[in-house]
Amino acid sequence: MSETPHPRHVWTADGLRLAVYHRGDPAAPTVLCVHGYPDNASVWDGVAEHLADRYHVVTYDVRGAGASTAPRQRSGYRMEHLADDLARVADAVSPGRPVHLLAHDWGSLQAWHAVTDERLSARFASFTSISGPCLDHVAHWIRSGLRAGNPGRLLSQSAHSTYIGFFHLPALPELSWLTGVGGLVLGAAERVGESGRPRVRARRHMRDFLNGLELYRANIRDHLRRPGRRSTSIPVQVLAPTREAFMPEGAQTAAAEWVPDFRFHRLDGGHWAPRTRPGVIARRVTDLVEEVDAGRAPAPRATAGPGASPGPRRFAGQLAVVTGAGGGIGRATAFELAEQGARIIAVDIDEQTAARTADLASLLGPAADSYRLDVADGAAMDRFAKWVRAEHGVPDIVINNAGIGIGGPFLGTTPADWERAIDVNLWGVIHGCRAFAPMMVESGGGGRIVNTASCAAYLPSRAFPAYATTKAAVLMLSRCLRGELAEHGIRVTAVCPGVIHTGIIAATRFAGADDRVATAARERLERLYRMRGYTPERAARRIVHAIGRGPELLPITGEAHGGLLLSRLAPAVLRATARLAPPLDTATTGPQGRTA
Amino acid sequence: MSHTTVTNATDVARFRELQQLAYAAAQSVAATLEPGVTERQAARRIRTWLEERGVQDWFHTPFAWFGDRTAFRNFRVPLQFFPTGRRLEEGMPFILDCAPVRDGYVADIGYAGCLGDNPVHDRLMDDLAAYRGLIVAEVRAGRPLREIYREVDALITRQGYDNRHQVYPGRVIAHQVTRVHSRLPKAIVAGFGVRSLQTLFGDLIVERLHHRSPLWADGKISQHPATPGLWAVEPHIGFRGVGVKFEEILVVTEDDAYWLDDDLPHVRRWAAAGRGDGEPADGAAATDAAAPPSTIEKRDATP
Repeated sequence: MSETPHPRHVWTADGLRLAVYHRGDPAAPTVLCVHGYPDNASVWDGVAEHLADRYHVVTYDVRGAGASTAPRQRSGYRMEHLADDLARVADAVSPGRPVHLLAHDWGSLQAWHAVTDERLSARFASFTSISGPCLDHVAHWIRSGLRAGNPGRLLSQSAHSTYIGFFHLPALPELSWLTGVGGLVLGAAERVGESGRPRVRARRHMRDFLNGLELYRANIRDHLRRPGRRSTSIPVQVLAPTREAFMPEGAQTAAAEWVPDFRFHRLDGGHWAPRTRPGVIARRVTDLVEEVDAGRAPAPRATAGPGASPGPRRFAGQLAVVTGAGGGIGRATAFELAEQGARIIAVDIDEQTAARTADLASLLGPAADSYRLDVADGAAMDRFAKWVRAEHGVPDIVINNAGIGIGGPFLGTTPADWERAIDVNLWGVIHGCRAFAPMMVESGGGGRIVNTASCAAYLPSRAFPAYATTKAAVLMLSRCLRGELAEHGIRVTAVCPGVIHTGIIAATRFAGADDRVATAARERLERLYRMRGYTPERAARRIVHAIGRGPELLPITGEAHGGLLLSRLAPAVLRATARLAPPLDTATTGPQGRTA
Repeated sequence: MSHTTVTNATDVARFRELQQLAYAAAQSVAATLEPGVTERQAARRIRTWLEERGVQDWFHTPFAWFGDRTAFRNFRVPLQFFPTGRRLEEGMPFILDCAPVRDGYVADIGYAGCLGDNPVHDRLMDDLAAYRGLIVAEVRAGRPLREIYREVDALITRQGYDNRHQVYPGRVIAHQVTRVHSRLPKAIVAGFGVRSLQTLFGDLIVERLHHRSPLWADGKISQHPATPGLWAVEPHIGFRGVGVKFEEILVVTEDDAYWLDDDLPHVRRWAAAGRGDGEPADGAAATDAAAPPSTIEKRDATP
């Protein structure tokens, strides 16, 4: 713990005295931190320590908390007073130079109010928000859900916020804090999502608990009943702890609609991440401050693209890398993610198709980028990962989807056939995970890795031994990696599509078959795939829908589900089907994106 | 250019005249579209407009599709093609499609536009230009229809879109058009004029005997070069919730093929954007003049 620096004071418009603490070089850019409830400025001790060698870090006790004085009436806790306090502190500690805001919980609610106020917003250069949305945005988000006939948002927010109702009761909440019952509940809440990490003790006083209750009573009802239309042009990044106990993720991405330059990153941890993950938060703040102060013209990020359809932007502010994005499931998944607000890096061995995917994705969502890459080339993958990090930041979602089809009996499959299949289908996924997982861990965890396997991974057949073998390996790799990355809140999903009508068959090699036979086989399979009629768009919808949840295994079509069930309940049936010789090869290979 | 046409010059001129009239109908009605108009109202306006100008019968009655219905999303049964109560909104794409019959001559046109601004629609419209050039070149080269269909599919895939004409009955990208000679009464069954249907079925049977089809799709029956005559060609491409198409007549002779008319709204649009047929699409083109001006004489829709 660094020594708490001497407080200075800032006086509020209504004559209250706020305790303000400085660290670092006053000449450096200022990062101003606002704490939540029931905390005081000390919640930032860890983060400030990380930031103080580069920045002028200022923390202060919000009115009524810590060493600041408290208003006498409830109305003194209204949002406009809090936002005005914030602006006054910013003026006092960094006159003439906009500050970078970092705020948590109720501090974040206040900061949102300040940055979305036209009169105040010029004082702020950027805003990093943790576990605290703009009340007005949440209200609009719930309402638009209700308008669309979906009460889910209201219910999920209510479920996360039951305590808020309790805080509105007279005297009882105070009593619970004074008797220590509240403290026990809070202690339990603080441990959520922090198992395995050392406990960091909070330093709080009884007045933090008691006065802060008025924050809820003075603001919540008004803002939810009569939400304003509040937007801001400054860059905002929302950091969402993966095990956030007090709000659904959707309530935090809702801000994207009001913030053109919006980023959203999950981080592994619970609600009190500022205390438990100070290093991670400091790094994210540093990244944003660097970017803003470097004066790079910010790319508009989470604005819906010019041609976006109306709908929720569940992935607003997130960065997604998709391999094999030049066609099939990869391309469709890129479009689906883009339409939901994600920034896409489309990767394919075919430069033109990747560029085309990025081009169209930019119509639907934020400006996308493309990259030519052979996923089988480990060194190229490493270069690509470095480039992504430097140009776009650490991805929140990585989809290792590139793969190739290969059919034909084992006895006809040459070593060269095997090598190609393993290089692309298995090494491609290994390289993708190897290149990105470490940076995803380092940046705080909470990301998503999706690997395209196949239902061939659990449906043995003499028709496609090489393909099925590589895909079974992808499935097992995903499951092992999932176990390893679980402690970082990163979920690894293996997708097993089934028969999806993509370009995979056109590019499938039939080992041991001459051209005529292979062409006939392709024709027949192509027809089968077309008759089945399951489009890559439909598969992409399923995949993107599941990314948030991040299941271990995601079968897509009926045959993928059915095969999985059979493999578990009736392996003997599958032993029998494995012997079926196809006319030449009516393989039911699990398709994915185009060859990479 | 000298064409040994299958039909005489007068006939071709009459077909062209009716096609112009049908496009004029679509453009006039498009100019009256405003937020709140339903598909049914739009279709009815086309019908009225053309009947006022001497159209006596229909190969099929006018269709209007709004919003994601332009891409035939979630169409399972043919009934879904018929105009619904879907209302037009700002930024929505629309397609108007009609096939009037006058004095036995037939037109079958498709007109895509959007109300106000829609970048996805504009991009699709730009990219649609390539199909007009591709199709005529391949037909001229005498390629089998089935292979041309697949070429079109490959282009759609390269462009990142999906094939929406496969949703039409028979997955057709085109169908032959002939003069309607019929003694049946002018009745409409399921949106199709019975006299036209009679003609079409007659053609189907005759062509079938020659192992050909007046319907152009990707089945084995389409493994033949285009039969001389007139073909209504309708490539229809979609991306997410937006679909666009054009539909116009291609004249096929023994040794050549050409579009019946180049003086059509979509062709003029591409020419204005410097995009000849078949040139690769890039950049945005000017929005079609079909974007309705705000001052429009309001026409009451027939309830």
